[in-house]
Formats: sequence, structure tokens, C-alpha cells
Amino acid sequence: MTAGAGVKLLTEDGRRLDGRALNELRRCRIEAGVLKNADGSAYIELGRNKIIVAVYGPREVHPRHEALPDRMLLRCRYSMLPFSVAEERKSPAPTRREVEISKVIREALEPAIFLEEFPRTSVDVYIEVIEADGSTRVASITAAAVALADAGIPMRDLVAGVSIGKIEGKLAVDLSGIEDQHGEGDMPIAMMPRLGEVTLMQADGRFTREEVAQALRMAREAILKLYEEQKRALKERYSKVLAAELGEEQ
Amino acid sequence: MSERVYTVVPAPRREAIRSMAKRGERVDGRKPEEFREVKLEVGVAGNADGSARVTLGHTKVIVGVKASLGQPFPDAPNAGVQIVHAELIPLASPIFEPGPPDENDVELARIIDRGLRSAPALKLEDLAVVPGKQVWRVFIDIYPIDHDGNFIDASGLAAMGALLSAKIPKVTAAPDGTIVKAEEKVPLPIADIPVFVTIAKIGDVLVVDPCYEEELVMDARITFALTRDNHVCAIQKGGRGSFTPEEIERALEMALNVAPRLRSALENLRQAGAPQSA
Repeated sequence: MTAGAGVKLLTEDGRRLDGRALNELRRCRIEAGVLKNADGSAYIELGRNKIIVAVYGPREVHPRHEALPDRMLLRCRYSMLPFSVAEERKSPAPTRREVEISKVIREALEPAIFLEEFPRTSVDVYIEVIEADGSTRVASITAAAVALADAGIPMRDLVAGVSIGKIEGKLAVDLSGIEDQHGEGDMPIAMMPRLGEVTLMQADGRFTREEVAQALRMAREAILKLYEEQKRALKERYSKVLAAELGEEQ
Repeated sequence: MSERVYTVVPAPRREAIRSMAKRGERVDGRKPEEFREVKLEVGVAGNADGSARVTLGHTKVIVGVKASLGQPFPDAPNAGVQIVHAELIPLASPIFEPGPPDENDVELARIIDRGLRSAPALKLEDLAVVPGKQVWRVFIDIYPIDHDGNFIDASGLAAMGALLSAKIPKVTAAPDGTIVKAEEKVPLPIADIPVFVTIAKIGDVLVVDPCYEEELVMDARITFALTRDNHVCAIQKGGRGSFTPEEIERALEMALNVAPRLRSALENLRQAGAPQSA
């Protein structure tokens, strides 16, 4: 969060510490349907980030008084495993950071879901970060949308997210842990890729008005690439399901 | 004034507010880009090192600042500590329940913390007394006491007002590491004066500084914290809806337009010390 501190994040030829260009995402791989018990699930690797998401529901709301008469109750829990961080062991108790991130992730997913089609039900999204290396909240959203789709929950669009950061005065896509730690700012953005609507936006650091506009454009471009990987993961999952069913019929 | 406070807007009322918004009208007669009148008073809690009360329409927020000497954070040994806490207490509204802080309390505190930290409001490096050992730890406690919407912007103003009006003992560190507190009091080291501006989206209309009823019917909100030189130093989108990128740029422009007036009340505090209003 503190700026500079003498760590060089760009090489002389303008590349980042891991060799990426400023507008380059880390390698992203998503797998849908990775858990047996959950109604929907997904696993994402974004660079070194490893995150698993389970979706349960639509199901009866517990406790009952939390049920909403006119729409589905969506609940999200973003949690980092105690050993997921590079620093000392994180206490397993929810931190204030996790409480806030759980809220903004829920509000990033809600615009995509036809909540009003499922009154008096709940859908629970459980996110566990196994290994963290920057941009975990947006990677969680990208995976959670796939898990919701895998659970068969009707959606207007998927949701995918990316962080735009500022390193050595330049905007960069998909901040790694070290870039987040030593950079001058972090702006996580999530969008419904097809509709082009922003469902999560946060920032710390200092940005000019022009940089905010540029960050939105850079995010859109990166999010469309993540969207392709989301669709690929879902297609792969259902071609396997289909193949298995056809196999049984024979 | 105690009209019944409801937590769900009756459908006809919701439709009325939304269709008014389309015509450029608001429930309290304001224009879409109009911020409510702001009253800022400082020195409202005498035992705090700094305090402020902001009145924004019927919304009231009290912020107290207490500073004490203590250990720095291990990852920033040569800087003072800023800790923001907020509690949506049941005194302020029937929609708040007693109990441990929930996500709304935490979100409010963290938005204000990020805006103040990124600006930065406090020169934290000037708050180290014995670097690595003894630093000022500045606690900023936010307590909304009456709820008529837009706690974020009111809390930001009150937090900044409390910081600007705060006085802490002048301290000197002896060569052996002991710390001497003088009778003399000095202001906190302030680098920038960020202000927070929240824009609500109602249908496809953007309105600044939503009141409580507008918050109940809005699709989403977005808050910008803005520095003196018009940098964005924090953003937070909230609510179940979404924004197009164009709407976000338009919201930022609305925020930049109202920021100077909000900040002028705070700038006046730097000289004076008496109650201020804008």
C-alpha cells in the first residue's frame, strides 16, 4: 500500500518482474465442476493464485427469517486459508479485509443473477484461497461466476474481473503480489463481459481522471480474454458430462 | 420530525421515486447534481484529541480522534499508525441492530481508511517518535447518530474535520529512548484533505449524495475519494446493480464538480478552530 520503497517493478525494456508486458495477463486456467458435493464448483489458477469455489443452492434459507420474499438471498464467503499467504500464517478467523471482500464479491455477482426468479431461496458461494499472489478478489469472482453457471443458476452474463494497478507511474493489468505490495495503486474491476457493465470497482492509490478511464478500457480488454477461458472451462465440463451420459446409454 | 422509518419501500413509492428521477426530480426537491447543505462543527467531544460532527440533511455523524504512543506496525516501522473504526449503532436507525460489527460497519470504515491513507491525509512518517519503537497511533472512530443516507461522505467529512482540529502533546525523545511529553499541544501533520463523494444510480439516472429513501430504491452506488489536486484516491462501488464505463466517467465528473465546495469547509478549519459551516 505504501508507494515506491525502492523496489524496481519494471526492467529497462519496460517489462515487468515476471517478464510480462503492461497489458498482459498472467496464465489463467479454469476448471469447472471440480467438487462432488457442491451444486456447482470451479477452480482457478491465475499465475500462482490458486482458488477453489463451491456453490450450494438454490436451497432453503437457514436461518429462515433471512429469506427474502421477492428474491434469492445470495451469500458469499471469501476466505484465505491460513497457509495461503507469503507472510506469516494468517489467523483462520475472518479478518476485516475478508469481511469487506465477501461483500463486494457478492455485489459483483448479484447483477448477473436472475435473483427475482428464486424468491425465498438462498445460494451460497464459498471461496477458499489456497495460494495467494495478488488480485485474489477478482480471480475469485472469475471462478465464482463459472461455479454459479456450473450449478445451473440462470444468469444474464458471466462476471470476470481483473486488477489494474499503477507501477512506476504506468498502468498495468493483473497485479501480482509483489506489484500490489510495492506499486502505487490497485484498482480491481469486474464486469459482465458480454454486456460491458461494471459490477465491481474499488481503488486505492492515486489516479487521475484520465487514468480511471484508461483503466476501465484496459480492464475490458483483459476481461474479454478471461471470458473466453470461462466459456472454454464450461464447455469442457459439459462435453465430459455429455460423453459420460452417451457412454452409459450404449 | 419522526416519520416512520421503513426498510422496504412500498412498490408505488419506489415507482414514484424512480419516475421522478427520470424527470430529473428528487424526493427532497434537489437537482441530480446537488449535494445537501453541510454543517461541520468541531470540538464536539472534549475528551477526544480531535472531534467533529457533520450534519448532512438529517444525517448526523460524530467522529472522534484519539492518539496514543505505541508500537508501529512491523511492516512500516518508521511510520505512525492510522486505525479507522466505524459502528452503525442502533441509536441511529431502527435498521441497525446491536452486536458485533457486520459487513456494513467494516465496509464504511475501510472506505474511509483507504481514502485517508491514499491521499494521504496524515503524514504518517512524521508521526514516528522513536522510529521502529515508539510512534503515534491515531484512532479515528466513526459513529453515525442519525440516518438519512450517505454515511460515507458525511463520515469522510467528519473524519477529516476531526483530524484537522486535533491537537496532540508535543513529544521529544531523549537520547536514551525515554519520551518526554510537553504541555504544549501541536496539530496533527496533515498532507492532503481528501473528500468523499457518493453517486447513486436510480434506473439510468445518476444522483449525487443519495438520501435514505434514494438509497433504498437505488440500483447501485459509487464513491470517489478525491484529493486537492483532483486525483482519485479511493473508489468503491456498492449495491446489487452495475454501471456502464460511461456512467462511471460521468459519476466521476459529478464528484469532481462538488468536491471543492465540500473541501472549503475543511480548509477553513486549518486557520480557525471555531464551528464551521458550508
